[in-house]
Amino acid sequence: MTQNDIIAPENLVYSKPELMNDTTMHYCPGCSHGEVHKLIAEIIEEMGMAEKTVGVSPVGCAVFAYRYLDIDWEEAAHGRAPAVATAIKRCWPDRLVFSYQGDGDLACIGTAETIHALNRGEHIAIIFINNAIYGMTGGQMAPTTLIGQKTSTCPYGRDPEIHGYPLNITEIAAHLQGTCYVSRQSVDTVASIMKAKKAIRKAFEASMQGLGSSLVEIVSTCNSGWKLSPVKSNEWMRENMFNVYEKGDLKDTTNIK
Amino acid sequence: MESQEVKLMKGNEAIAHAAIRCGADAFFGYPITPQSEIIETLAALKPWETTGMVVLQAESEVASINMVYGGAGSGKRVLTTSSSPGIALMQEGISYMAGAELPGVFVNVQRGGPGLGTIQPSQGDYFQATRGGGNGDYQVIVLAPASVQEMADFVDLAFTLAFRYRNPAMILSDGVIGQMMEKVVLPPMKPRRTEEEISKECPWAAMGRPKSRKPNIITSLELSSEVMEKRNILLQEKYAEIEAKEVRCEMHQCEDADYVIVAFGSAARIAEKSVELLREEGIKVGLFRPITLWPFPSKEIVELSKGKKGILVAEINAGQMVQDVRLAVNGTLPVEHFGRLGGIVPDPSEIMEALKSKLVNK
Repeated sequence: MTQNDIIAPENLVYSKPELMNDTTMHYCPGCSHGEVHKLIAEIIEEMGMAEKTVGVSPVGCAVFAYRYLDIDWEEAAHGRAPAVATAIKRCWPDRLVFSYQGDGDLACIGTAETIHALNRGEHIAIIFINNAIYGMTGGQMAPTTLIGQKTSTCPYGRDPEIHGYPLNITEIAAHLQGTCYVSRQSVDTVASIMKAKKAIRKAFEASMQGLGSSLVEIVSTCNSGWKLSPVKSNEWMRENMFNVYEKGDLKDTTNIK
Repeated sequence: MESQEVKLMKGNEAIAHAAIRCGADAFFGYPITPQSEIIETLAALKPWETTGMVVLQAESEVASINMVYGGAGSGKRVLTTSSSPGIALMQEGISYMAGAELPGVFVNVQRGGPGLGTIQPSQGDYFQATRGGGNGDYQVIVLAPASVQEMADFVDLAFTLAFRYRNPAMILSDGVIGQMMEKVVLPPMKPRRTEEEISKECPWAAMGRPKSRKPNIITSLELSSEVMEKRNILLQEKYAEIEAKEVRCEMHQCEDADYVIVAFGSAARIAEKSVELLREEGIKVGLFRPITLWPFPSKEIVELSKGKKGILVAEINAGQMVQDVRLAVNGTLPVEHFGRLGGIVPDPSEIMEALKSKLVNK
């Protein structure tokens, strides 16, 4: 079998979504961001919304998300993505508007914007990458850093006496009246990737049907920040994060299959 | 004709009516004294049922300005209004808007500071407005209304300038102008722009990408120093163009004057009376009123100062615009300052006495 046979359309089993361009990603090898980017690109294409989507990127590792997906983007100030997305959606109700944010952006500096956009029931979807650490600035403590987890600003491990407790903002979101769909997923296995895709798709659909706001948390790895190999990072995540950040739908009032 | 009807209303109310009439697409704001009538008036007028304008009470001034960023980045005419402490909270967003070159409008109905300060009027935010309270090298177009009529007229003007230059524009008012009632002729109704008109006027806007063009990215971020310097140089060139083309000011009885009072906003209204009182005493005084605080009318002041004996800058602050006047005239004639602080609004006679003691009888 030659290479041409392999890439013949009838033999094609996988292709990169059209909306994803060929720009080399700045993400570290093993990082979860690339996988989630791809899912979002696939979903926008499948929904036929390529020309009607505006993404809002955060401050953090995903600050350059706009380089990789060929849709219109606004890059928000640190933590303000839900406010930016609120305005875009209110001004353009027929557009698909989502924000893409990390734990520091969404659950720390932007807590107010996150809670209030969700509680207003804005017709937006928020994609939340939780890797329990500040990746972009070099591995500092995040609001979601686990008790005992070592980071550069809690080098002896997170101590609740000093640093307080991990913030489980997704659980909070599920209790807000404005949310219609709140889910927590991961992208560490093929099966989990399929589930994460379904969840993001539901969040996007719900926003276009005007059912309320949605939050999809992706429990993610940061092998550079955690100082582990990509494989070990996945193991560490399963062992340590999944029991604190339990996967599954926390709330679903959408009736979307 | 309905649009020519003379109404009696507060400056704050005039802002709300003017925003709807000039085809604004959205208002995002957070209540703060002395400007809460703006959002209250908008909520009562329900423009979402008539023009389709969005009105939303945000969770904070921080959120408000970032909503303006979001809406402006998608090509819409969006404004927010606040007062001094709230405007302080917005500085990050304003800097981001300047960096991303977004055409939003914000109104500051100033009150006394620093800190939580007082709810009484002040002009203490002149530096914040004209120097840029946020980070980086940037400028905001600043219009200073001196009447309820100008509150109404400057909303559309601010949007026009903001979109002409893709730059944030501020209306720097204060508690006097916001709260006082005057006669006003509201601007005529102008329809909101259609999607087609927005695409044409704002080909850079992030509003969904048709296959025919590349993605539009709204950002102020650039990690390459070489590229970032070029972006900054382009910004500076834009600011130079604004300085060359958009200076606005007004002169009153300056031709035969020996002395000139320079004042903006409510202080200029008060100083008009001081000019009258001084002339009754035989002292020839004129009034120069900058309408744009940035770009500042430096050339006009230099021209005006020729042959004059002195300038008194009357402000409701500790001496802020006086620095720009001194920079402009560069030591060629005495420039003195008079101001009241803490929310005290001066009486015309106080400005008159200051001019006499600091310049005439010196």
